[in-house]
Amino acid sequence: MPKVDLSTDTVRDLNQRLHDLEPGTTETDWRVINPMGAHAVAVGLEASVHVEIDGHVGYYCAGMNKEATVVVHGNVGTGFGENIMSGTVICHGNASQSAGATGHGGLVVVKGDTSARCGISMKGVDIVVGGSVGHMSAFMAQAGHLVVCGDAGADLGDSIYEATIYVRGDVESLGSDCVEKEMTPEHVAKVRELLQRAGIEADASQFRRYGSARKLYNFNIDHAANY
Amino acid sequence: MFDERKLRGSSTFPPHVIAEIQRAADEGLYYIRGAGAKRRVPTFDDLVFLGASVSRYPLEGYRETCDTTVTIGTRYAKKPVELKIPITIAGMSFGALGANAKEALGLAASEMGTSTTTGDGGMTDEERRSSKTLVYQYLPSRYGMQPDQLRKADAIEVVVGQGAKPGGGGMLLGQKITERVAEMRTLPVGIDQRSACRHPDWTGPDDLEIKIRELREITDWQVPIYVKCGATRTSFDVMLAVKAGADAVVVDGMQGGTAATQNVFIEDVGIPTLPAVRLAVDALQELDMHRKVQLIVSGGIRTGADVAKALALGADAVSIGMAALMALNCNAPLYEEDYEALGTRPGFCHHCQTGKCPVGVTTQEPELEARLEPKAAARRVRNYLTSLTLECQTLARACGKSHVHNLEPEDLVAMTVEAAAMARVPLAGTKWIPGSGGA
Ligand code: SF4
Repeated sequence: MPKVDLSTDTVRDLNQRLHDLEPGTTETDWRVINPMGAHAVAVGLEASVHVEIDGHVGYYCAGMNKEATVVVHGNVGTGFGENIMSGTVICHGNASQSAGATGHGGLVVVKGDTSARCGISMKGVDIVVGGSVGHMSAFMAQAGHLVVCGDAGADLGDSIYEATIYVRGDVESLGSDCVEKEMTPEHVAKVRELLQRAGIEADASQFRRYGSARKLYNFNIDHAANY
Repeated sequence: MFDERKLRGSSTFPPHVIAEIQRAADEGLYYIRGAGAKRRVPTFDDLVFLGASVSRYPLEGYRETCDTTVTIGTRYAKKPVELKIPITIAGMSFGALGANAKEALGLAASEMGTSTTTGDGGMTDEERRSSKTLVYQYLPSRYGMQPDQLRKADAIEVVVGQGAKPGGGGMLLGQKITERVAEMRTLPVGIDQRSACRHPDWTGPDDLEIKIRELREITDWQVPIYVKCGATRTSFDVMLAVKAGADAVVVDGMQGGTAATQNVFIEDVGIPTLPAVRLAVDALQELDMHRKVQLIVSGGIRTGADVAKALALGADAVSIGMAALMALNCNAPLYEEDYEALGTRPGFCHHCQTGKCPVGVTTQEPELEARLEPKAAARRVRNYLTSLTLECQTLARACGKSHVHNLEPEDLVAMTVEAAAMARVPLAGTKWIPGSGGA
């Protein structure tokens, strides 16, 4: 198993080695130690590899991930798994702002809490948070699912498009054009599936669903106060 | 008898202001339109070159070389962008523009050895195919932002803002959100789409530095990274972009165009291109980074004289948007009844937001798009770029320069006090640069 020690090797070396992997490589299991809060660790991966990171990382860890699985045994900085296309990125600690921002696909899991703007502008990614999310989470969220096992901060789902939010705990407030919607058996099943994929235990029937009222989709003077 | 002489129009309420008040009263919404600022602003027209005479000697036109090549991204990129002419095509999205217009711009730029730029919604296959050198915009909305496209780009432009709306996000009204556009942007068809005005995962210059590092890591430090700002606090913005690690800075003045933005943004936010160039160059010089971090200037560039003046003030290249669209026939006197149907006339049109461009440039409607044949349109843009380049070389040779980058502020004087103050060149016939403390 290739092991990269970021106290001696650089992030550049690590990323270049991961980018140079050919499709069908046998070097599929990687371990990164001593990340010491470094930024842009394991970004832009395209190969179907498994990268375990022991320790805390800085901004944009696993950014723009495709195919790979990246697991962080520590906390992550801003933009964890930002713009993920596919694959899975997992943080066993807490995440800073904008976790899973603009993600197009794949799965982002944060076992602890996230700060503000989790899932901002998400475009199809599934995000599962074991704890709570900060304010303005799922802001302008376009597609995909955000599952929050704890509470959600203020202005959840502000200006949301077609993404779906599930929250088990309290929602401090909903943002513009975000409303609570009926939780049907299909939605409970969807939450159960997402929790299972994320490896998080929670009772899917306790979640409530939020999404777009679709009132801001076209400019309308009667809604000017919400713009 | 009615005495016409007694009619006195109001300077405060001229007809277009009255019309706008009454439109607002009817609709209750700000006016959204395309194109750039229409108000009068100090421009490069207010500067003239001091051609060579006894104290300087000129170069022979047609015989002595006047080089126009530019390299962008010499600071960090392993593969800097090499341009044959100092004029690039600015970022315009597929969605705002139709596919034929994008293709025509790509073909023309490739033939001329210069770059084109994507826009909101990402990169289309057609534009990648037709553009030899393609700059990929990294925008706040991240619509269609895909790492595979990022890796296919020849340069990346982190868009902080644009001249038509510094501080504002993009807009694309529902009539232009066709199925293909909606799919590229992951949005429902037919909605009025508002792009974010801030990036979702960074705020401020310290974050920008980390973001640029991430983009470099993803692209293995191969391609240059530009930072584009609308011209406002240009000194600070340029310095902070340089500090954040940009290879090039793009400064877009308030005359820069847009496909759809609130009129109040277009006309009342930002500073003109003329002072912006000077502020940007001063900022680069203060950091000793002039010519090390390249400066690309845009917003109202129309002629080879504009190009030459921007370069003389210290820009490395310019970028054109609206002028390129005009070469594609924007505002040409064709299909006049269709302009009328939009409530306008050739020469006055700014109706890109409607999606009903009479000449097939900013539309997604097949029958309108068919009015723009990509190959013929590409030829017009290529001819226009050739003319701009020849004009720029003519002026450079007249000032005795063997490379257009050898033009300098000392070759210019201003025709108005305000242009002298903004460009910081002397008022013609004097040594006076307003604000410099000189006599
Ligand atoms: S002619 Fe077309 S491109 Fe030009 S301003 Fe009118 S709508 Fe826009």
